[in-house]
Amino acid sequence: MNIMVFIKQVPDTETKIKIADDGKSIVEDGINWIVSPYDEFAIEEAVKTKENLGGEVTVVTMGPKRAESALRTALAMGCDKAIHLEDDAFEGADAYSTAKALAKVIEKHNPDLIFFGKQGVGNDNTQVGQLVAEMVGIGHIGTCIKLEIDGDTIRGEREIEGGRETVETKLPAIVTAQRGLNEPRYPNLRGIMKAKKKPLEKLTPADLGLSADEVGLAGAKTVYLSLELPPARQAGKKIEVEPEVAAKEIVEFLKNEAKVL
Amino acid sequence: MKDFVDFLNINALFTDEERLVYQTVHDFVEKEVKPIIADYFEKGEFPLHLVKTMGGLGFLGSTLNEYGGAGLSNVAYGLINQELERGDSGLRSFVSVQSSLVIYPIYTFGSERQKEKYLPGLISGDLIGCFGLTEPDYGSNPGGMKTRAVKKGDRWILNGTKMWITNSSISDIAIIWAKTDDGIQGFIVERGMQGFSTPEIKHKLSLRASVTGEIVLEDVEVPEENRLPGAKGLKYPLMCLTQARYGIGWGAIGSAMDCYTTAVSYANERVQFDVPIARFQLVQKKLADMLTELTKAQLLAFHVGRLKDKGEHTHQMISMLKMNNVRIALNIARTARDILGANGISLEYPVIRHMVNLESVKTYEGTEDIHTLVLGQYITGFQAFNPFKK
Ligand SMILES: Cc1cc2nc3c(=O)[nH]c(=O)nc-3n(C[C@H](O)[C@H](O)[C@H](O)COP(=O)(O)OP(=O)(O)OC[C@H]3O[C@@H](n4cnc5c(N)ncnc54)[C@H](O)[C@@H]3O)c2cc1C
Repeated sequence: MNIMVFIKQVPDTETKIKIADDGKSIVEDGINWIVSPYDEFAIEEAVKTKENLGGEVTVVTMGPKRAESALRTALAMGCDKAIHLEDDAFEGADAYSTAKALAKVIEKHNPDLIFFGKQGVGNDNTQVGQLVAEMVGIGHIGTCIKLEIDGDTIRGEREIEGGRETVETKLPAIVTAQRGLNEPRYPNLRGIMKAKKKPLEKLTPADLGLSADEVGLAGAKTVYLSLELPPARQAGKKIEVEPEVAAKEIVEFLKNEAKVL
Repeated sequence: MKDFVDFLNINALFTDEERLVYQTVHDFVEKEVKPIIADYFEKGEFPLHLVKTMGGLGFLGSTLNEYGGAGLSNVAYGLINQELERGDSGLRSFVSVQSSLVIYPIYTFGSERQKEKYLPGLISGDLIGCFGLTEPDYGSNPGGMKTRAVKKGDRWILNGTKMWITNSSISDIAIIWAKTDDGIQGFIVERGMQGFSTPEIKHKLSLRASVTGEIVLEDVEVPEENRLPGAKGLKYPLMCLTQARYGIGWGAIGSAMDCYTTAVSYANERVQFDVPIARFQLVQKKLADMLTELTKAQLLAFHVGRLKDKGEHTHQMISMLKMNNVRIALNIARTARDILGANGISLEYPVIRHMVNLESVKTYEGTEDIHTLVLGQYITGFQAFNPFKK
């Protein structure tokens, strides 16, 4: 089976984010970059599928030079080769222009089964996998927590409001991975050394048959206007009176100060 | 590099692979070691279940390119030690012994048959080894050992007692150093051989999450094919120790880092006299000294590591590395213990555990004094540790 997994490099979830002077981007200095946690489930599922059914896993990312280390991590976890969409023109992409570029990779390589994380931690759009499926014109199973493969049919379980649903589609198809799908392995140290020798191909917009203004910021349908940090947490308020009075005071507070009632 | 104390931007000196190795071992320690280690320490038990996981991930014999080894650089090997010891010196001790004192001598001095028989299992974690050099009456002076091996046909008869042996009672094989008519030689003794027993040493207050024991050899018959053919003389066990000491020089940085970061966050949160204690100059002085010594230790380890990758290191350099880094780690642990006040003596924080562990680390693999005298000899040409030898 020809498997493809799309990943994104994101700031470590414990990073203390600082907003840059332009008010629209974050300060990248000192950030520890990791593979987006949902993409780790995607990589694990791709590698596991290869181990069970045979075939090859290609890992793909779009991002600046530093994103190469995310690809190396995926190769160390067992992916076989990597594709890096690296070009200044790709910078500043939104979900749409990201999907546009990634869809071309799928059209070029015709994988049977494609994995994404359900969302990239950080921007948290939760759109790219689905958009790519639409653009390529194939089925998808979103936020998947259990996957079965039976010939050219795949069945996935998804958590929905108050329950679970099972959906089925034919290959080729896209699966976006949700926590619970599996337990991602650590990149093994032998794998890390072998990853160095695995092929890593670089692609530009031209290689994908796209012009520079169809990708990145130029090709985006949405733009960032501003970023704001959540308001700093205020000191708490202690109400130390009998329960009946306290209840009244809390209602007053919610009405007049917090203005949520 | 997450949680890597990096005042001098040392991370830029590592290769991509070394950074990934760091990340993997760091994550492993955060997820698999930190949550359980204080309990194991308190119970006085080694977390044996981690051995196969570590083998599977390539942590054992990691610098070897054959027999399942990952083929890492010495710097990457150092980072493994650092991160494991950030978890606990006991875990790092396990890996030091397995990699540097068991896998290394079999690989370097062993026969093809021995390598094929033992290395794959030792590297995957299916086999556990130990290293018996120290004896009840011979610690810093192993050359005086009493353990004897006498040749009888195609077998050797071993008699003697080894003391303070890491992993002894959980080991499947032991590298035993014994005197022969032909000088000190190494033997691979397998569990199950008649007359071989490994009583555990109890009542330790340091390295409680690591197994330490005796090895008793009573007329143990070892076949000639289990003798390490490439090692005759005290120099050979000492070569193994040089490997292990190198790793300890890195390991000590791990416990120092954990103590330092714990002290910094504690000082920022602990309020006395209405302000965080981090605001007091005396506390800042302690933290500044800790960071300075930690940073110097990192540079020393990194530089010796790169020299070792090129084969340009000397055993004196490694003596300096082991001596200095364990000394500063112990000082940092003691200072952190002090900054944490009463909490500093609680196993709820890692500091006291690191502190008492480091007391062992200071002693084993050549005490601080012995390494000082190795450097003394290097500087002056006078050998000061053996008064009866010119
Ligand atoms: C937890 C633990 C695990 C260990 N694991 C192993 C193992 O796996 N395998 C193994 O073979 N050994 C092991 N050891 C033993 C360790 O290597 C020895 O304890 C160490 O070499 C010191 O020997 P000793 O304890 O006999 O101390 P001694 O040699 O008796 O030293 C006592 C004191 O005298 C000082 N001293 C001794 N000689 C001199 C001198 N010439 N000049 C100045 N000062 C001197 C020492 O520095 C020290 O302060 C372990 C020890 C411990 C505590």
